[in-house]
Amino acid sequence: MEQPFDLTLIWAGIIAFGVMMYVLMDGFDLGLGILFPFAPDEHHRDIMMNSVAPVWDGNETWLVLGGAGLLAAFPLVYAVFLPALYIGVFLLLAGLIFRGVAFEFRFKAKTSKYLWNWAFAGGSTVASFAQGAVVGAYIQGFETENFRYVGGALDWLTPFTVITGLGLVAGYALLGSTWLIMKSEGEVQQWAYKLAPRLLMLVLVVFAVISVYTPFVDPFVKARWFSGFSAIWLLPVLALYCAYVVFSALRKKQEGMPFVATMGLFLFTYLGLLASKWPYMVPPNYTLWDAASAFESQLFLLLGFLFVIPIILTYTAWTYWVFRGKVKAGGYH
Amino acid sequence: MELDPLLLSRVQFAFVVCFHAIFPVFTIGLASFIAVLEALSFKTGNPLWQKLSKFWLQVFAVVFGMGVVSGIVMSFQFGTNWSNFSYATANFLGPVLSYEVITAFFLEAAFLGVLLFGRDKVPQGVHLFAAIMVALGTFISSFWILSANSLMHTPDGLELRNGMYHVVSWADALFTESFAYRFAHMALASFLTAALVVAGVSAWFILQNREFDTNRKALSIALWMLLILAPLQVVVGDFHGLNTLKHQPMKVAAMEGNWETGTGVPLLLFAIPDQEAQTNHFEVKIPKLASYVLTHDWNGEVPGLNEVTPDKQPPVFIVFWAFRIMVAMGLLMVLFALWGLVLRYKGRYYQSNRFLQGLRLMSLSPFIAVLTGWVVTEAGRAPWLIYNQMTHAEGLTPSLTGGMALFTLIGYIVVYALVFSSGVYYLLKVFRGGVEKANRPHEQEEVERPKRPFSAAHASLEGDQ
Repeated sequence: MEQPFDLTLIWAGIIAFGVMMYVLMDGFDLGLGILFPFAPDEHHRDIMMNSVAPVWDGNETWLVLGGAGLLAAFPLVYAVFLPALYIGVFLLLAGLIFRGVAFEFRFKAKTSKYLWNWAFAGGSTVASFAQGAVVGAYIQGFETENFRYVGGALDWLTPFTVITGLGLVAGYALLGSTWLIMKSEGEVQQWAYKLAPRLLMLVLVVFAVISVYTPFVDPFVKARWFSGFSAIWLLPVLALYCAYVVFSALRKKQEGMPFVATMGLFLFTYLGLLASKWPYMVPPNYTLWDAASAFESQLFLLLGFLFVIPIILTYTAWTYWVFRGKVKAGGYH
Repeated sequence: MELDPLLLSRVQFAFVVCFHAIFPVFTIGLASFIAVLEALSFKTGNPLWQKLSKFWLQVFAVVFGMGVVSGIVMSFQFGTNWSNFSYATANFLGPVLSYEVITAFFLEAAFLGVLLFGRDKVPQGVHLFAAIMVALGTFISSFWILSANSLMHTPDGLELRNGMYHVVSWADALFTESFAYRFAHMALASFLTAALVVAGVSAWFILQNREFDTNRKALSIALWMLLILAPLQVVVGDFHGLNTLKHQPMKVAAMEGNWETGTGVPLLLFAIPDQEAQTNHFEVKIPKLASYVLTHDWNGEVPGLNEVTPDKQPPVFIVFWAFRIMVAMGLLMVLFALWGLVLRYKGRYYQSNRFLQGLRLMSLSPFIAVLTGWVVTEAGRAPWLIYNQMTHAEGLTPSLTGGMALFTLIGYIVVYALVFSSGVYYLLKVFRGGVEKANRPHEQEEVERPKRPFSAAHASLEGDQ
């Protein structure tokens, strides 16, 4: 490589950061959608929706930016994942569109409110499941030949990806419930306090199943984790510690800590996943360097990203600051 | 029956892109119109301009929101259905499409909020600045999209190495030989769209005698815009056509329904092109006019479809008729522009019922013209995805089956039908509310409400309150 520095690594960092931002931020508002049908009444739902209304679309910014960034920086990922996950991608997009529109119209609706409730809940759940299945499919790997996906339409749909799909649904629901604890009060908060520990148990069970299952699905991952003791074992330990913190914070009825610790749980699990697969971006055949675009293209776009990411981060922080504190009942009646 | 993934993918792409295109083409023009209203308000201080701006901003907010939602699908379709194309062109297309996303986000983050919700919170000059920046931003957005599209028509600045294009000159790749014409043609189309929708809606209000003085002003501006832009568009369209003749002669041959290269070629007013028989039926023609239009010489030589084998020809029937519909819409616009001018001299452009009713219908014409225009340019490039370099078949996702493509085609039709019937229904409610409702102080100023584009509009989904 005659280039002065390795832009591919920088881009891998940007994309990994973008995905993490997306999972954490859209995660809790998707989670509220998953919990939507279980809410006791319309008052709870109003509070739930109000708590994320100012920020949800900013959260989805990261998805669109990530998609476009992938095409520019790692076109092989774009050109293998999307065909391989064809049906799943459709479900993901349809789900996100439905919930997005439900967001806009539920505020404007009176008699048709229940329809938008279902669109919001259904769209959120389907989109979350599809995202979880994508993670599972990434762990499984893709059948490729000469930089092309050559497998079938439903190769991605296996018992393993169903479990990862359900796992992410449970995980997002947990994020949603702890977010709600932080943003609400009174009976809504009590309801969320009741939900959160059960969801955490569910998440831990699914994560345990996935952790045991994965080495059997993928010998590469097995080798990474079980050929000698390495520093990466720190990641699951930290994840478990976060789970413990969530539990104890819930018991102590703390308001902010459950959400923060759940984010930690997600972060360390995510890092564990990356560590399992490093440096493979389109497993089992292609590393991130195989998947990368040309140096000059990566450089051309990097300038724009370096300009816009600080602006988006500032804007996001500002929005959360403006809408800090508890969501009050009513709001838009 | 064997399902053809190639055909289904093309239909799906055409469907999604047509649905999407309606919104940006409207918002680009409308953003500039709003900037003009804000500037007039700033300069004259006449409250009437602000009244108008408040109403059209609500329309803008809803259309902008629908454009964003429908656009998300586009950015993934390149990968799902056209992965070979995406992979081969990623070094160029990736950064260019990403820059479009960056532009849009920057715009939304920095200025859209101020424009939609900041009227009473920032000085008027700052609000005007935001309006201008939003208008400018929509143009920068369309710059990236049209640059990417132009490259597919007149590829330049790229070099193919191991199945992937590499950019050797960003300037050449971004500003290819058809770019300037395409951009001018689209920019004018956007302005015309805004002008005709504003004219149609204002005419409708005037017919109902609602906010007469205010809406008459809007109608007047829209008619002046129409008078200048519609004839200009004819000229620009002609230049664009000549540019196409130079680079993609087969597209022009299909537009003209001209099967054989020859001199003194007639212009066809009507024909049923028959691709299998390589000829037309039921021709109605004006002798030598096509030669004159295309070469500015009555006996000029015009290339015909017989210069390539039938498998290298675009679908003639579609291109031929789409072109005629587009031109008819353009001529109707010119006609209405002149009619408006005549009525203005008589001082009664806001009194003629027939004219106002006509304008109501004409508000659909720019959308028809834009969609058929895109059909001409895109279908006319067939069988090429990148002209003379990659065919549609070569660009398709290799693992895609007909069943998969059919599944998502139906899926997107269902999703879009549900989503956009709600959106359009809501937009009509905003129209019905009119300038009056947009300027009525709404009783519950909701503190906790999200500052989303849609929340700039105040109509309720059901009922009239």
